[in-house]
Amino acid sequence: MSAQKRPLSPHLQIYSKQITSVMSILHRITGVVLAIGSLGLLWVLVVLSLGDAAFSATQACLSSGLGRFVLFAYSACLMYHFFNGIRHLFWDIGKGFAIPDVYRSGYAVIVLSAMSTLGIWWLALQGGAA
Amino acid sequence: MSLRDPLATARGLGSAKTGFGHWWAQRVSAVVLALLTPFVVYCLARYGIADFAALKTQFTNPLFSAVCILYVLALFWHARLGLQVVVEDYVHHGAFEVILQVLVKIVFSFAAVAAVIAIFRLASGS
Repeated sequence: MSAQKRPLSPHLQIYSKQITSVMSILHRITGVVLAIGSLGLLWVLVVLSLGDAAFSATQACLSSGLGRFVLFAYSACLMYHFFNGIRHLFWDIGKGFAIPDVYRSGYAVIVLSAMSTLGIWWLALQGGAA
Repeated sequence: MSLRDPLATARGLGSAKTGFGHWWAQRVSAVVLALLTPFVVYCLARYGIADFAALKTQFTNPLFSAVCILYVLALFWHARLGLQVVVEDYVHHGAFEVILQVLVKIVFSFAAVAAVIAIFRLASGS
């Protein structure tokens, strides 16, 4: 069918990357990761409600090296999607569309999500958690 | 109240008619999640994983459980709406797209119900 052969826009092979487009697709990618990861949160809630034996197995799994890595990646995705989502909500009410503002808020999101991810892990490791 | 021009309705022109509902639900759930995520993340980081008993006793506070129920409902609603758009945008293989769309609806409806039941169990302290 000829409809299948239409060129893709933007033409990804020659499309120059900008912080705006990269952050936009990152919002989607982190969104998909978080949606799948939310089923992990459901799992934690379920085993928590099932009692000590069920929870300690999950706890051991999450405390392992791989478990911590997954939790770290999840928290980083969550913080990025959280701050960038707030940026999107401001756009939705018509604020911050000027190009300098878009770049400023973009860099702010990157800095805030990095700092808050470190903050979460500082807090978690302080209490001996994770 | 409809903001659509009556003539547009009569002619049957315009968008697919129900698109705004999806967009609005995505924003409303986003606002709920934006407000509650700091609290949930703080609880998970503060009590999480290692301090099982402390985390569990939090649920006996009805306000805590209510906030958690609101959170999981907004979370799975938001996730389902978001995945729906991602599948619409990137999956263009007829039957596969339909199966994925239905699967997303079923999985996240199930997740929302299961999460609420788990929180009820925790709230009743069983």
